[in-house]
Amino acid sequence: MSTRAKELIALGAITLFALVFYFGKIWGWGTFEFPTWLSMVVIVLIGLSLLWVLILTLKGQLIERRVVFIYVAFAVALPLFMSFSQKITISPEVYQLHNALTELPAGSKVLISFDYDPPSAPELQPMAESIIRVCFEKDLKVIVMGLWPQGPQQANLALEKVFEDSAILAKNLQYGRDYVNLGFQTGNEFVIQRMGSSFESMFPSDYEGTPYREIPLVRNVRNFSNVDFSVNLSAGFPGTVEWVQIAVDRYGLLMGAGNTAVQAPVMYAYLNAGQLEGLLGGMSGAAEFEAVAGYRAKGTKFMLSQSFAHVVVIAFIIIGNVAFFRSGRKSKLKGK
Amino acid sequence: MRQEIPLLITAIVGIGFVIQYFIPHWPFSRMSDWFSDWFSIVGACAIILGALNLMKVSIEKTYKRKEDWGYAAVIIASFLLMTIIGIAEGRGFRNPGTSFDWLYNFVYIPLSATMFAILAFFVASASYRAFRARNFEATLLLIAAFFVMIGRVPVGHTLSSFMPIGWQLSDLASWVMTVPQAAGQRAIMIGIGLGIVSTSLRIILGLERAHIGGGK
Repeated sequence: MSTRAKELIALGAITLFALVFYFGKIWGWGTFEFPTWLSMVVIVLIGLSLLWVLILTLKGQLIERRVVFIYVAFAVALPLFMSFSQKITISPEVYQLHNALTELPAGSKVLISFDYDPPSAPELQPMAESIIRVCFEKDLKVIVMGLWPQGPQQANLALEKVFEDSAILAKNLQYGRDYVNLGFQTGNEFVIQRMGSSFESMFPSDYEGTPYREIPLVRNVRNFSNVDFSVNLSAGFPGTVEWVQIAVDRYGLLMGAGNTAVQAPVMYAYLNAGQLEGLLGGMSGAAEFEAVAGYRAKGTKFMLSQSFAHVVVIAFIIIGNVAFFRSGRKSKLKGK
Repeated sequence: MRQEIPLLITAIVGIGFVIQYFIPHWPFSRMSDWFSDWFSIVGACAIILGALNLMKVSIEKTYKRKEDWGYAAVIIASFLLMTIIGIAEGRGFRNPGTSFDWLYNFVYIPLSATMFAILAFFVASASYRAFRARNFEATLLLIAAFFVMIGRVPVGHTLSSFMPIGWQLSDLASWVMTVPQAAGQRAIMIGIGLGIVSTSLRIILGLERAHIGGGK
């Protein structure tokens, strides 16, 4: 079979999958889950096959790159159909952010900046949904904005998801009174800088075009001193670093952050220095926040995939090192 | 004059920003607001310029049938589709239920997520082929990576639940992240900060002219 034919088959298969999942989503198909015994069989088979790969490596047969890809695909996809519950250990920085939010008095204004786009949504969207949900549960007022063009649209998706919860819906929250989406403003860190003196100058109207002064929630919000707490959800530049350097350090804004796993390590320096009031790092941060908030959502569900993926990557690092030491010993023997 | 005017603007704005940081009172506070507003205006114009430039490059590539011109054609078609639908739907084009929203939810989000997800495959493959204990430093990195990778997921907690609290894998991962990792990050950040200060001063003083296409 020619390479072109293989490519066409792969493309056809991907299209078919995409269509099935699309129609599944719009027709509201229920979730499909493996029975526990099948999940156990799958795990045992993957474990045994990894052991077989290790034995092959010890025998001197190295596996191809595509085999690693297949394992990663299985490790990420199959757990989505499993129903195991995992014990999630909550980090002190996650507790800190949750406490900072829940200790705010009812009616406090929380500014949430959505500084990310869809590629980072799998990690940051569960955080956004949980944080907004906690804010609404505690009767906090939410002001949403974005320094990334797609941020406010991600915020709307998170709000839609939160309003699917009947308990939140029962609160009869009103747009403009209990929450508002100020939209996107270009200018990166200069937007933060300008917000230090005037929110209105950067957001003369909200996402829907309503003039700033006609929005009851923000009518009296002039600058950061009128905001009680802030959360930054960031996937890069501009993001948490810029918010800390300008809004926190210069204007004294209290801020917690949610970052992608890649970006989170940088933020520990700010966390330890007390410039951040809590930090959620990657998918595990999202899952931990859900656990401390007392409900299971996307973050918790996706953690099973993450656990599997980490175990598979660690297994391949071990196998790779076995191959390395084996080939090293062999070459030394050849040298003799 | 093509170089002098941009250099003058850079120097005035740069010095203005430095002064307003240390003296946040009138007239410097007002200057800071002006410059920030202007930056947003220039930034908004740059978005338009960037979009038009992308179109120009893509049209040229498609017209001249250069290598991989098919991708450029897809860019043109996607750009026009999103723009036309956005304009046709008016002010509320991003509201739920609009065609623009449908394209965002069911085309843009899955495609972006797919591109990002490919990273997982490359990380795993690269770890398998390159993450080797070749020397002491690499071994140290390997051990730290092991503890962080396994300790940051629930399976790490399950595997080490028999250990005393404070010595479980999740505790070790937390220690690696908050102590040696944060110390290393601080060192890097201080280095970057010093680099930014020196480069900024060179730009403000006109010694560094690469950003305006100048010589040294």
